[in-house]
Amino acid sequence: MDELTGVFVQESREQLAEMEAGLLALEANPEETSDINAIFRAAHTIKGGAGVVECSYLESFTHKVENLLDQLRDGRLSPSEMRINLLLDCADHIGLLLDALEQGETTLSTSVIDADTRLRERLEQESAPSVASASPASPPPEAVAPVGENAPDIWYISVRFGEDVLRHGMDPIAFLRFLTTLGDIRELQTLADTMPPAEQMDPEACYLGFEICLETSAGKPEIEAVFDFVRDECELHILPPHSRSEDYIALINALPDDERPLLGEMLLRAGALTESELLIGLNSQELAKAYTDNSPPIGAILVEHKSVRPEVVEAAIQRQSAIQQAQQQTAPAPRVIEHEEVSAQIEPVASPPAVVADGEHHPAPAKARAASSEARMLRVQAEKLDRLIDLVGELVIAGASATELARQSGATQLVEATSLLSRLVEDIRDSALQLRMVQIGETFNRFNRVVRDVSHELGKDIGLVIRGGETELDKSLIEKVGDPLMHLVRNAMDHGIESQEKRQAAGKPARGRIELNAYHDSSSVVIEVSDDGGGLPYDKILAKAVAQGLVPANQSLTDEEIAALIFRPGFSTADRVSNLSGRGVGLDVVARNIQALRGTVEIKSKPGQGSRFVIRLPLTLAIIDGFLTAVGKNYFIVPLDTVVECIELPTHCDREYLNLRGEVLPFLRLRDEFELEGEPSTRQSVVVVQYAGHKVGLVVDRLHGEFQTVIKPLGPLFRHLRGIGGSTILGSGEVGLILDVPLLARRASRREARSFEPAPRAHKH
Amino acid sequence: MTMLTPTLYADNDLTIYHAQAIKQRWLEGLHQSEGDVTLDLSRVGEIDTAGLQLLWLLRREAHASGRRLNIVAVSPTVADLLAFCRLTENFSAPRATEPEVEAA
Repeated sequence: MDELTGVFVQESREQLAEMEAGLLALEANPEETSDINAIFRAAHTIKGGAGVVECSYLESFTHKVENLLDQLRDGRLSPSEMRINLLLDCADHIGLLLDALEQGETTLSTSVIDADTRLRERLEQESAPSVASASPASPPPEAVAPVGENAPDIWYISVRFGEDVLRHGMDPIAFLRFLTTLGDIRELQTLADTMPPAEQMDPEACYLGFEICLETSAGKPEIEAVFDFVRDECELHILPPHSRSEDYIALINALPDDERPLLGEMLLRAGALTESELLIGLNSQELAKAYTDNSPPIGAILVEHKSVRPEVVEAAIQRQSAIQQAQQQTAPAPRVIEHEEVSAQIEPVASPPAVVADGEHHPAPAKARAASSEARMLRVQAEKLDRLIDLVGELVIAGASATELARQSGATQLVEATSLLSRLVEDIRDSALQLRMVQIGETFNRFNRVVRDVSHELGKDIGLVIRGGETELDKSLIEKVGDPLMHLVRNAMDHGIESQEKRQAAGKPARGRIELNAYHDSSSVVIEVSDDGGGLPYDKILAKAVAQGLVPANQSLTDEEIAALIFRPGFSTADRVSNLSGRGVGLDVVARNIQALRGTVEIKSKPGQGSRFVIRLPLTLAIIDGFLTAVGKNYFIVPLDTVVECIELPTHCDREYLNLRGEVLPFLRLRDEFELEGEPSTRQSVVVVQYAGHKVGLVVDRLHGEFQTVIKPLGPLFRHLRGIGGSTILGSGEVGLILDVPLLARRASRREARSFEPAPRAHKH
Repeated sequence: MTMLTPTLYADNDLTIYHAQAIKQRWLEGLHQSEGDVTLDLSRVGEIDTAGLQLLWLLRREAHASGRRLNIVAVSPTVADLLAFCRLTENFSAPRATEPEVEAA
C-alpha cells in the first residue's frame, strides 16, 4: 500500500466515524439538517479521496450513497428509519471496502461483492424517484460517469498568446483545437483587444487571446500540458470547476505535516495548482516586492491570476496554520494522535515532486488566525514517539544522577543548576507523555452505534449516556481497553437491563440506560460502565458458582466476593445463551485484559437499581513519579500518586494495623513481605498509600523522598514476582524496585479482613 | 446580393506566409473605397491564426470608418475556423461551405 493510500484509508476511517455519528444524530433528531450536511461532506470527502487513489469500486459505491444523501439534503426525501438503517449499512460496507484497500486486495471477496450489489440495489430503490436530477453540487449520476474517472466538469481556461508565437512557427488555434481531444469546448470567446492600430499592427505578430469553457474529466496538469510548447510565451490561467474545490480541499486536508509548509507547495501537491502557475505567481510576488515594501501574499496572487479558486486557497491557509500551530506546540494541541506508518513525505498526486520554491509563501496572517480547529492534528510515526519517550526516560535517569552528585558535592550553585535542570526535565517528561495521551471520547462514541444496534437486536429500548469523554489516557491503553469495554457494554445490555415489561413492573422508565463515564483519580484513570438494570442477582450467582464447583456449598461470601465470581473463567448465569453474551466466555477475559494493563476491575451493584463496572487503569505505562524508600540496603520506589502521608511507626506495635487518627490502618512490613535480611532500624517509618479506596501502610527503614523514575519492565525471569511492578536505575547506579501498590494494598486489606474473623494473631516481631 | 464596391478577396492561403501582403492589399482596398465592404473567402485554402487576425483587423477598420464588413462566401476551412472560434455570427459570414455567388 503506498503512502497516499495509507493516508486516504486513515482519513476515510475518520470521515466514516463522523458519518456514522451524524447518522445516529440524525436518527435521534430527523429535523436537524446540519447533520445531513455533515454526513454528506464525510461521504463526499471519501469519494473524492477514492478517486485520487484510483479505488474505483469505493468511489462508485460512495457515489451512490452520496446520491441518496443529496436527496435527503435537498429535502426531496425524508430521513426515514429505513433510509438511515440503509445508510448505516452502507457506512459499514465502506469500512469493509477500506479494509480491502488497506490490505491491498485486488479482488473483493464474493461476500463483499454480494453485499455491494445488494446495497447498491437498495440505494437505487431508495433514491430511484429522482435519480436523474442530481443537484449541481454533486456530479451527474453514475450512468454517465465512467467508474474510476472524475465526472466531467467545466473548466475555465483563459489564455493570452505572446506576440512572437506565430513567428516561432506555432499556431495558437491549433492548440485550442487540440483541447478538444480532452473534452468538449462548451464556449469560446476570441479576444483581440491588444491589437494595435492598423498601421502598427504586425500581421506576423499574435494579438489574440481566448476564453474557453472546457468540459472535461481531465485534471489540471493534463490541460496545462496541451499548452506545453507555448507555455513560456503565453499567459495561461486554468480555473478548475467549483465542484473540484471540494476535492482539492479534501486533498489539502489530507496532506501530511511538513517541516515548513509552504502554501504554494501544498496547493501543488493537491493538484490544485501546477508548477508553472506557482512559479509565475512567485515571480509576480518577487516583482511586487521589488516595487513596494510589502508584497501581496502568494495566495492572493494565485487567486488573482485565476489559478486557484479562493475557497481552495482558504482551505490551504487553514491547513497551513494548523500544521504550524501543531509544530509550535506553544499550548498542547487539543488532540494529538500518533499513528503508525504515516510518513511525512508524500508523492504529489499528479505532478513531479521537484519544486523550486525559493520565494516566500506568505501565510496570509489575518486569515491564518481564523484556522478551524478541526484540522489540528499531527500524525507522527508511533516509533518516533516511542523513541522520544525512551530518550526522555534516559534523560530522567541521567538527571537524577546529576542531581545526586550535585547534592553530594555540596556546591550550592551546582545544586541550584541541577534543580532547575530537573524541573525542566520533569516538564519535558510530562509533555512527552502528553503526546501519547488521547481523549477517550472517540472510543466512547463508537458505542453509540453498538448500543443502538444491540438494543434493536435484543428488542430493548436502551439509551447511552457518555460522560467524561475528554478524559485522556495513553493511546496504547485506549487501544487495548476497547475490547473489554465492548464486552462490558454488551453484557450490561444483555444481562443488566431487564425487559421492558419487567422494568415497567418495577416502576422504572421503559427506556434502559447505559452509562459510560471516565475520570482521573489520583494515579489512575477510571472508566465506568453502568446500567440501571436489575443489578447482580447475588443468590443466583452464588447458586451457579456452587453448582459449577467454583465455591464450596456452605461457604458464606460477602456480596463483593460473590460479584467477583462472575470474573471467574467459565462462569455464566444466563439461563439462555444469547447471541451476545452468556456463553461463558467473556468476563474472565475482560478481567484478564485489564489486569494485563496493570489495572483492576470491580463491580458495584445494588439489586433492582443496576450495576457499575469500575475499571481502573494506570495513566501511563512508561514513567512515574516515585517516592524513594529503603529497607536495609534495598531501595523501593512507591508511586508518588498513591502516597498519602508518612508517619513514624510506633515503637511498640505488634499488630498488623495501627490507629491512624481513629481509622484502622493495616500495614505491611516490607522487610517481612520480601523476606529481606538485616535488622530493622530503630526508627521505622510508615508510608501510607491509598489505592482504590483502600488505605494501607508500608513499613520501611528509611525515607529518601521524591524520585522521578522510568519504569523498566522486569525481565521474564522475574515476571512471577508479586508485589514488584518494575525496576529502575537510581542516580547512584543502584537498582530500585518499584512497588506494585495495588497488589500490596489488596493483600494488606485482605489480611486485615481475615484477621478480624479469627482472634487477632500476634505478630512475631 | 447587392454588389457594393469594393469586393475584397483572398485567393490563396490566408496564413502567416501571406499575411503581410494580404494586410497591405486589404487595407489599401478598404481605404480606397467607400461603403460597406464585401469579402469573398471562397477560394481560401489554409487559414491560421494570422489569417483570423487579419479578418479581425479588417472588420475593426471597417467599423472604425462606419462601414460594414460582409463576408459573402467562405471556403470550408474558413467556415470551420470561424465556427470553432464562435465568430461566424460576428463576421456575419455564411454558414454554408460552398460559395454563394459566382461559382468559379
